[in-house]
Parts: sequence; C-alpha cells; structure tokens
Amino acid sequence: MRTLAGVEDEEKWLAEGIAGIQHNAFFMHRALDANNLREVLKYSALMLSELRTSKLSPQKYYDLYMRAFDQLRQLEIFFKDETRHGLPVVDLYELVQHAGNILPRMYLLCTVGSVYIKSKQAPSKDVLKDLVEMCRGVQHPIRGLFLRSYLAQVSRDKLPEIGSDYEGDANTVMDAVEFVLQNFTEMNKLWVRIQHQGPGTVREKQEKERNELRDLVGKNLHVLGQIEGVDLEMYKETVLPRVLEQVVNCKDNLAQYYLMECIIQVFPDEYHLQTLETLLTACTQLMPTVDTKIVLTQLMDRLSNYAASSPDVLHEFLQVEAFAKLSNAIGKVIDTQLEMPIVGAMTLFVSLLTFTLRVHPDRLDYVDQVLGACVVKLSSVPKLEDARAMKQVVALLSAPLEKYSDIVTALTLSNYPRVMDHLDDGTNKVMAMLIIQSIMKNDSCISTADKVEVLFELIKGLIKDLDGTNVEELDEEDFQEEQNSVARLIHMLDNEEPEEMLKIIYVVRKHLMTGGSRRLPFTVPPLVFSAVRLVRQLEAQGGDIAGEDVRATLRKIFQILNQTIEALSSVPCPELALRLYLQCAEAASDCDLEPVAYEFFTQAFILYEEEIADSKAQVTAIHLIVGTLQRINVFGVENRDTLTHKATGVEIFFPCFPISFLLNYFPNRKLTFPFDQYSARLLKKPDQCRAVYACSHLFWVDDLEGNKDGERVLLCLRRALRIANAAQQMINATRGSSGPVTLFVEILNKYIYFFEKGNPHITPSDIQSLIELINTEMQSDNGNTTVHSDPFFTSTLRYIRVHKQKGGLMGEKYDPIKL
Amino acid sequence: MNYLLGAFKPACNISITFTDGKNRKQVPIKKDNGQIVMNPLFQSQETIAGKINIEPYQGKKVEHNGVKVELLGQIEMYHDRGNFYDFTSLVREIDVPGEIYERKTYPFEFSSVEMPYETFNGVNVRLRYVLKVTVTRGYAGSIVEYQDFVVRNYVPPPPINNSIKMEVGIEDCLHIEFEYNKSKYHLKDVILGKIYFLLVRIKIKNMDLEIRRRESTGAGANTHVETETLAKFELMDGAPVRGESIPVRVFLTPYDLTPTHHNINNKFSVKYYLNLVLVDEEDRRYFKQQEITLYRLKEETLS
Repeated sequence: MRTLAGVEDEEKWLAEGIAGIQHNAFFMHRALDANNLREVLKYSALMLSELRTSKLSPQKYYDLYMRAFDQLRQLEIFFKDETRHGLPVVDLYELVQHAGNILPRMYLLCTVGSVYIKSKQAPSKDVLKDLVEMCRGVQHPIRGLFLRSYLAQVSRDKLPEIGSDYEGDANTVMDAVEFVLQNFTEMNKLWVRIQHQGPGTVREKQEKERNELRDLVGKNLHVLGQIEGVDLEMYKETVLPRVLEQVVNCKDNLAQYYLMECIIQVFPDEYHLQTLETLLTACTQLMPTVDTKIVLTQLMDRLSNYAASSPDVLHEFLQVEAFAKLSNAIGKVIDTQLEMPIVGAMTLFVSLLTFTLRVHPDRLDYVDQVLGACVVKLSSVPKLEDARAMKQVVALLSAPLEKYSDIVTALTLSNYPRVMDHLDDGTNKVMAMLIIQSIMKNDSCISTADKVEVLFELIKGLIKDLDGTNVEELDEEDFQEEQNSVARLIHMLDNEEPEEMLKIIYVVRKHLMTGGSRRLPFTVPPLVFSAVRLVRQLEAQGGDIAGEDVRATLRKIFQILNQTIEALSSVPCPELALRLYLQCAEAASDCDLEPVAYEFFTQAFILYEEEIADSKAQVTAIHLIVGTLQRINVFGVENRDTLTHKATGVEIFFPCFPISFLLNYFPNRKLTFPFDQYSARLLKKPDQCRAVYACSHLFWVDDLEGNKDGERVLLCLRRALRIANAAQQMINATRGSSGPVTLFVEILNKYIYFFEKGNPHITPSDIQSLIELINTEMQSDNGNTTVHSDPFFTSTLRYIRVHKQKGGLMGEKYDPIKL
Repeated sequence: MNYLLGAFKPACNISITFTDGKNRKQVPIKKDNGQIVMNPLFQSQETIAGKINIEPYQGKKVEHNGVKVELLGQIEMYHDRGNFYDFTSLVREIDVPGEIYERKTYPFEFSSVEMPYETFNGVNVRLRYVLKVTVTRGYAGSIVEYQDFVVRNYVPPPPINNSIKMEVGIEDCLHIEFEYNKSKYHLKDVILGKIYFLLVRIKIKNMDLEIRRRESTGAGANTHVETETLAKFELMDGAPVRGESIPVRVFLTPYDLTPTHHNINNKFSVKYYLNLVLVDEEDRRYFKQQEITLYRLKEETLS
C-alpha cells in the first residue's frame, strides 16, 4: 500500500503520526506527574500504537520512532522509581504485558526490562533472553527492526559482559554474546525479508530503503565486537561461525555484502588472521552476485595494515599461511563467479599483491605467483578493453615498483612482462613510464645486459611503434615526454665493468634502432653519450687492459657510434647528427684514433654541405665545428701525406671549402686554404664576419706550440674586418645610416684576445686604429649629434683602461694604446 | 411529601448483617441496572450466620404472622426474567406470629451450607445466592428484604493437565502448529505456548489469540448459545516466514473470567475457548478454536 502512495501522502501520514504521539504523550506526562500508573500505561500504549503504521518509508518511520523513543526515556525514569508507581518491578514487568497490541506491549516490556535488569532483581541474562524471545512476535520487517534496535539500545549497557555491573556466573560472556547474536540473527532475517515483500516493480525503491536500514542490523555486530571478554577462542568457536552462518544462509546480496564488510571492520585484525580460513570459506559461499572482491579487498587491506603496524605480528601471518589461504580463496572466487567482470578479478589481484608486498616483502615468488595467476586470468579473456580493468592492471604492476625501490627486483619477476603484454598500447606506455619514473625516483642503476634486455622488453611500448598504433592520434607533448623519459633512462644503465657496459650498449642500441624516425632524435643522443662515456672510461684506464684489446674495443665502439648516428640521417636530423659526430670526433681524438676522428669529421662536413640549409643553423654548425676542431689535437704530421692525398681525392667530389679546408688543415695544422669560400657561403654578412673571426682560433691553440700561426690569425681578422666594413656599407646604402658597430667591437675583442695571447702579428697600433675606426663609425652616424654609446664597446674600452692602470706586464703591453 | 412517603414506605426497616461482615472479603457484583456493588464472598460448606434487625418506623408496630429467613440459590433465565428457579432453598423461622413495637434483632445461622454452584452473571443467565427475610402479614402484603452474597468455590489443581498441541492448516496455503502449555488454566494463570509456522503462502497481517466464552442455556431444542469474546490479544504483527516460531504469553488476570461450568443444574453451561485468529492482508480470517478449562485455584496455593 505504502509503495503506491506519493511523497506528499507520506508527509501527511508522518505528521499525523507525530501528532498522535504528541497528543498521547501529553496525557502520559500528566499521568506521570500524577504518578498514576494505570493512566501512564494506557497513554503510553496509545502513544506507541502510532508506531504500528505501515504507511511510512523507513526514513520517515525512523523520524516517528525517534519521537517515541524520547518519550520512552521519560517513561523509563518513572518505571525506575518504585515509590512513584508503587509496584515491584517484577509485577510491573507482568503488568505491561497485559497490553493487547503487541508492538506497544513489546516497547513497554523492553523499557521495563531495562529497569528490571538495573534493579538486579533478576539476572540480566534471563531478562534479556525473555525480551529477545518475545520480540519474535513482531514479524513486520520495519517495525520489527526498529523494535529490536530499541532493545539493542536499551540493553547495550546492561549486557552481562565481564566487568560490567550485570556480570553473571562463569558463562556470563557467553550469555551476552548469545543475546546479541540472537537479536542480530532475527534482525537480519527481518531485514532480508523486506525484499520479498511488495511487487517487483518497486524493487529498486526497496533496495534503497533497505540500504537505509542496514546500520540497524550492523549495530549488533559492532556491539559484538565490543563485548568485553570475547576472546579469540570464543570468537573462533561461537561468534564468527554463528554470524557467518547467518550471512551465508540469508542468501541476500545486500545483506551478505554489508555484513561481510561489517565483520571485517568491527572485529580485531588478529582475530581475522586466526580465523582466516573460516572467513574465506564464507566468502566463497556468498551469492554469485555479491561483490566479493570488495569484501576480500577490504579484508586484505586490513590484514596488510595490521602486518604493517608491527613487525611482531608477521610470524602470525606465516603461522597461518595467510598468503596461501588468500590466494586460494581468490582463485576460487574468480573461478566460481563467472559473471565477475575482469576488473573485479584484477582488483582482487591488486589487493592480494598489496597484501603480499606488505606482509611478505621478501617473498618474490609470492609476487610472481600473483602475477602468474593474473596472466592466466587475462589469457582466458579476449583483449582487455575495459578502462577500469586496465587501471587495475597498471596498479597491479606498479605495486612491486613502489615496494621494491630497486627496479631490478621487478625485472626478476618472470610473469611481469607477461602481464604487461595484456595491456593496450596506451596503457602499456603509461606503465612503461611508471617503470621509468620509478627507476628515476630511486636512482637505481641497471647494471647488466640481461636486465637491460628485460627492461627494454617491458618498456617496448615506448621504444617502438606497436602494431596497430595510430600514430596520428598521439599527442605530441606526451610523445616528447615519453621519449625524454626513455632518454633519461638510458643514462641509468651503467656498469663499472667496461665489458658489461659494452654489452649493455649493444642491447640498448638494438632496441633503440627499432624506434623509427620519430624516436631516434630523442634516443640516439643519450646512447651516443653513454658510449662516449664508456670510451673515455676505457681510455682513462687504458693500460689496465691489454693495449691491443682496448684499442680494438674502442674502434668497435666508434663503429657502432658511427652507425648509430648515421641512423639519424634518415630522420632527417642533420644538426643533431652533426653535433654528435663532433662529439665522437673529439672523443676519438682524445683516444688518439686519428682516422676515426677524421671519419667523424668527414661525416660532419658532409652533413654540413648537404643537409644544413638554414642559415642560422649553418652559423651554429660552423661555430661548433670550429670549436671542436680547435680542441682536437690528434692529427699528427705523419699522416699528412696520406690525408692530403685523400683530400685531393675527396675534393673532386666535394669541391667546397669545408672539406678541403679540413683535409688541408689537419695534417699540418696550418691554414692552407682561405676561409672566404667557407664563410662566403653564408647568406648574411654579419654571419660571414663572425664565422671568419671564429676561424681565427683555429690557428692559435694555446697548449699547442706547433699550432700558433699569428699571421693566419691576422689574416682571418682582417678578412672579418673587411666583411664587417662591407656590411656596414650595405646598411648605410639601404638605410642611410650606419648600423651598430657591434661587429667591429666583436672583432676588436678578438684582436685584444690574440694580443694578450702574445700573437706577434697583432700590434697595439692595430688595436688603436680599430678603436678609432669604431669611434669614427659611431660619430659618422649623420643626423645624430649625440654619440651613441655602445655598451659592449664601452666595456671593452674600460677593460683596456683597467689593464693600463694596473700596470705590470699587461699594463706595459697595453701602454702604447691611447684611448 | 414526608407523610406521603411515610404512607407508602414499608412499615419497618429490615437489615441483614453477617457475623464476620467486617473481615469478610467483598467482591464486586454487577447488578441488573449496571451498578457495581460489593457483596460478601462465601464458599460452599461455609456457615452463613448473622443478625437480622427489624425496626419499625416511628413507633409504628408491625403485626405479623411470623418472620423467616431463607437462603436461596437461584437461576434466572433472561428470556424468562423474574422467574427464578431455586436449586437451593433453606428456611429458618426466626419469630412466631406477633407484633413488633421496637427494633428487634434475630440471630440466624445456616451451618455448612452446600453451595455447589458459583455465582454467575452471564449474558442470558444469572446464578445468584441470596438471603431472603420475610415478615409475613395477612393483609397489606408481606415485607421482604434480600441480601445477595457471592459464592466462589476453589478447587485444587487438576492432577492431569495436558498441553494442547495441534497442527492445522489449509492445503498449500498455510500450515501451522500451535501449542498451549496446558488445557486447564486457573483464573490467574498465564497461557504459554508457541505458534510454529510450517508453511506460509498467504500474506498474514497479524495474529491474535482470543478468549471466548460460550454460554449455553436451556436444553434440547430450546438450547440457546451465546458467545462472547472476552479478550483479544495480539500475538504477532506482520507476516512471518516459514520456520518462524512465535511465542505466546497471555496473562489471564486482566480479564473477567469465571471457571468453566458444566451443565449447571441442567440449566446452563459456560465453556471457554482459545481462538487463534490469523488475518491476512485482505482481512480474511483464518482461525482455530480450542476449548480450555478454567478453574478457580485456591488463593493460598498460588504463588
């Protein structure tokens, strides 16, 4: 009937009920004031009769109940005071049972019963037993639940538990437990029964209403959990089996789920551990529709927290073989609950894994076992598509990473990559990123080729395009981030032992080369640097290993490097390749491997010639080349002839400046070819100018006595001046005013540099005239009367001035210059 | 008006007092007009003794042909109102014919009177005990005064008192088994028992236990039966499921019950029944009636 009525009607009925209670409560209070027992009973029964309504939803009924409850407190005070009503409590206990309607009768009986126990005229257990028995008369689910919850409430502080005022004989705790258990059982039965009432159309609403009532039932379990004197023995023998019996037998989704949850929450961890088997057996007996995984998850969470709480308890876990039992139970649950979505199974595995990691961190085999079970489950279903399941798998895989800060541990888990295989590409990448991040975070070094192999197998989602990946969908930023991570990872692969390190490099290279053009620019540099580091290490310890071997190894490494960098040209990524070639060249030079260095330079120049088109890039490239060349000192005179010969040969094919310059330059460290070809190819005059004056450094290397050609330096600088002049004129022609004098100032600085270095061809007068030139240029800026002061120039002048004033050797040198 | 009243008033005032009237227990009795009056309580084999005062009004004298006191046990059928059937009649002559000038007191005594039946006020029948004082006069009619008293007879607990246990039901619909702890209850007894639901296919709303009194009067073709429900006690609220067992605990004290009477002087019988009633959501009633015997237990043996 209730279900057909609208909310408004319900409000009305509630209002009527409340009015009824208030009305009768008024008369009851009057009778209370007059100490008129007969009237008190009459009106209290009438008041309580309002609770007989069937029209209210649980929520509204609760409202009504609470109002009656408040009144019952007053009534209890009256009942307690024998002088007011003049009847021994035992008689009162009979008297209230004369009420014709059961519901008011039972509320009154419970109220008097509470007084009766308090009076200690009868043992608490007897009264409670009687009350809980008599309550059976109320079979209406909602009314029964509230009545019994009232009973639970008034009896809560009167249980004959140990240490309470109402403690009875030897079996006193048992009596208390028995009472609560019985009340719990009956309440649960009533609660479950709600769903069997009413037509199917209102099932959903009923579910909701039942949910609202669940705490009334659960309260009993809380009480059970708090009864003083329930020891493990009793819990194991009586409490848990009885509760579970009820849970399993009620065959109700909601109840089973909620009550299992309650059991796990309210009883101590230690008890759970000792009764694990019983608890788990019950889990496997739940209805197939119950979300067992959450229950198990909670249980495992609790247990793992318990294990984490103190190391002293760990032996208990071992004693009861907690892992084996949990693992079995989970297997069973997954097997029996066929409808359970894959995400559920995964969640369970995650929990089990978390548990394992916390409780048995030393048992890698357990971890692997869990992962193995997971693989089996995953293999039994088609490709994983559920996002949530995927998330769980990621969680599953991340757990060991977090636990074992050393990623190496995870790498020994044979089932780990097999689980990863079941992820989709996107998730696979996420997972791979997590692995890398974990390595980074823990700063753990992967030191053997085998491990590297496994690791790269794990993160292969990042290393190469997997089948079916839609490249266009990839987010550029994400991609970069991923590849940067890979790059960082490569630096974490390290071994002191060159031999092993070389193997590692081989492995890494093998994997990286499959990456495709988009990845190589990110992954090649770290590999190259890693190899170069090895080279330098080998070179440093040189003598330790038989000379022949070391050199052979080095050659091998450079060979790999060359091939590796070459791969970049297919990308194409010439600037990067150029830089790497130069790096290698320098390393080779340091190892005294002249032909190798030579080869690298060749490669660099080929790139410059053929690939680098952008003028800015060209400028940068020139500077890089010059910088590298300047540092390199490997090329000995003895190779000159061969190289020159080679040079002419090469020159036929590449008749441009850089190659020729290089080939001519190396053998004798003397400039044999003018720069203008090289620099003239640059588009902008300032760039040309800068390139030329940069080249001047090639002829003056401080540490190398044989490589100081002052004349050539001056030649370079003069050429630079000429170009600067030309540039100035060009600007003058187009704009009508000469531009900034920056180029001149820069050249001035070069002059000063070489002057200080003692180049005999740079004289103070050269500097003097250059300064004057600059001054003139600045003043000739027609239309502008004020001298535009260039800060760079000013600083340069200040520098000279400072040295002049300082005196000493430097001061003398600068003395001739007049400012 | 006083003289008028005096004229119609009986010539004397008769009052009857019992020897231990002050100490004797008084019990309420409902009179014809609905008033409740307290009357002394006796039981069978008791000696009923007392004094009768006759006091003429205002110095009048009362001539009479003798004064007698009768102890009557009467049964009155309501369909035959005013017509008493005396099953017990004892007479004591307490004065010879003469005149009474002033207040005169006569003691009387009926020793060890056999009063086998209890006072009873039913729907269609009444059984009463009365002392009747008659001042016989030739003319002007006799002067009569009545004094009711109540008789209750106590019996020891029955030696055999089996429980009532029975399985009843409607096929494929409702099967219950009920048990009451006794078949014979004293008037302040408690009915204990339980109702066990073996099969429930109907939606039960509630279950009551009724105490019914069946009063049959007359005999043969003229038998008249009246049934009253004296108590309606709710045992269960809501619909039970199979396997549920509902406790019964009914205190008889609050109800106005009498012992069971079997064929009192071939005039009437009073029987008691426990009626278990189940009401379903469509307000259909399913019931099963069981006779119980009520008896009056001697007070001392209580508790």
